[in-house]
Amino acid sequence: MSLHSPLSPATPRLVPSGAAPPPVAVELGGLRRVFGERAVLDGIDLTLRRGEFVSLLGPSGTGKTTLLRILAGLDRADGGTVRVAEARSVVFQEPRLVPAKRVWQNVVIGHRPNAEARRLAGAALEEVGLSRHADAWPKTLSGGEAQRVALARALAREPSLLLLDEPFAALDALTRIRMHDLVAQLWRRHLPAVLLVTHDVDEAILLSDRVIVLSGGGIAFDTAVDLPRPRQRSDRAFGVLRARLLAELGVGSAEGHG
Amino acid sequence: MTATHRHTPDTPLAEAPPPVLVDLSGRTAGTEPRARRARARQLVSRTLVPFALLALWQVAADRNWVSPDALPPPTVIIEAFAELIRTGELQSAIPTSLARSLVGLLFGAFTGLALGLFAGLWRVGEELVDAPLQMLRTIPFIAMIPLFIIWFGIGEEAKITLIYAATIFPVYLNTYAGVRGVDQKLIEAVRVFGLSPLEIAWRVIVPTALPSILVGLRYAAGVSLLALVAAEQINARSGIGFILLNANQFQRTDIIIAGIIVYALLGIVIDLVMRVIEHVSLPWRPSLVPA
Ligand SMILES: Nc1ncnc2c1ncn2[C@@H]1O[C@H](COP(=O)(O)OP(=O)(O)O)[C@@H](O)[C@H]1O
Ligand SMILES: [Mg+2]
Repeated sequence: MSLHSPLSPATPRLVPSGAAPPPVAVELGGLRRVFGERAVLDGIDLTLRRGEFVSLLGPSGTGKTTLLRILAGLDRADGGTVRVAEARSVVFQEPRLVPAKRVWQNVVIGHRPNAEARRLAGAALEEVGLSRHADAWPKTLSGGEAQRVALARALAREPSLLLLDEPFAALDALTRIRMHDLVAQLWRRHLPAVLLVTHDVDEAILLSDRVIVLSGGGIAFDTAVDLPRPRQRSDRAFGVLRARLLAELGVGSAEGHG
Repeated sequence: MTATHRHTPDTPLAEAPPPVLVDLSGRTAGTEPRARRARARQLVSRTLVPFALLALWQVAADRNWVSPDALPPPTVIIEAFAELIRTGELQSAIPTSLARSLVGLLFGAFTGLALGLFAGLWRVGEELVDAPLQMLRTIPFIAMIPLFIIWFGIGEEAKITLIYAATIFPVYLNTYAGVRGVDQKLIEAVRVFGLSPLEIAWRVIVPTALPSILVGLRYAAGVSLLALVAAEQINARSGIGFILLNANQFQRTDIIIAGIIVYALLGIVIDLVMRVIEHVSLPWRPSLVPA
């Protein structure tokens, strides 16, 4: 089930031609997941490499969360092969912090609570700009702050695979823009493979190298995003890709979104 | 109806009645004395009725409206307290009774906690423990007294066992409910981080269920006092129950009432102690966290 490849943190994202590609973080072959009569996921083949930022789009109820849960190890496949990096973490739509633990303790919930953990938590909180709140209780944080703590918690594990299930969906527009920048920055620094589930096409184009559309139990569309960063929504190529993705999602008018 | 403008032409804004403004200003410097005065008034109105009743009680006894043998006045009861303290009975009785209650509570709470965690955390535990306990809990513990006397005699064992049996259930029920009430999503979220089931139980579930567990403990503390009163009716040779039994033999209503008041005061003290424990162990509870 788990893939113990030596995933060095310094793996360069852009591989010089001829060099070995970055290590694999996810390898799915013919993945199936059936609920009752319905095969929600029906033969998914997917390979993600370290350093790749992939967005997963798809209409509600197409099994995006189900796929993510299988990758996280929270759900089992009914068929096919699933190989994922052992060091992985998840950020959900809600922060899901332990209310009885202080912020820093939440960040290192997977570690033995000692001085080393405290230092690690401090470093992770520093990265998301929340050092000040290390000793606060989760209930005292705003939604955006709590979500940044969840992000710090995910990072403290030094994941080779970072799974994000609509992590910005519950945030206000301004906080969401800041979170986009933060996630992009953290990704560049740590270079895990990122799989971001989102329903926001613009968000997917802004952040990722590759966008996948899930539909009818399989991957309906899979495209690289070859736009220079930082990306501008006003770019012509951005608009073209957006229209294409919206069409894939079955949304008629490409205009007026986001 | 279709959507209309807020002001129809025949009621121009100037003629419309002005909106009523409500003052919702928070606690500002100006309202501080007002708040203090309100608190003082509250204190007065809360203590007014008890003091009036005490006065009525005293007057009723002085005027012989009730027989002083049946209901001696507050002044006589204060004298009874003085007598109990002078003879040293009260000083020796309170620790004895309190020890019974606390020993029973300690073991009962520990058992309830262990069973509650066992049933809450493991399905096997639930199957083994929950149904029998749910059945046993319907038995009023006072009904067990005759049986306990046969089993354990009339010594300390019977008393402490009764308190023990009575305090298991509140702790068990609240621990079980608290553990089961922990959000499954939270448990999932930490499972991803590689915690073992035992670590999840200890680091996440128990701390999160602690408010509920402590409610159970506070309730059990109250029950332990109730069970103490019942247990001390079993031929007590020491403790507050002994004072009551003695007074009963000599028709000393004043001492009986003094004893009852001691029980009540113990109840208040125990409840206060439990509240302090809750306050100290739950610094993260939203109601206690300053916003
Ligand atoms: N545990 C479950 N039992 C039964 N059906 C489920 C379960 N989890 C998800 N489903 C169903 O699978 C489908 C996909 O759900 P989900 O993965 O949450 O979709 P998405 O995240 O893409 O909106 C939905 O129709 C949902 O009802
Ligand atoms: Mg979903």
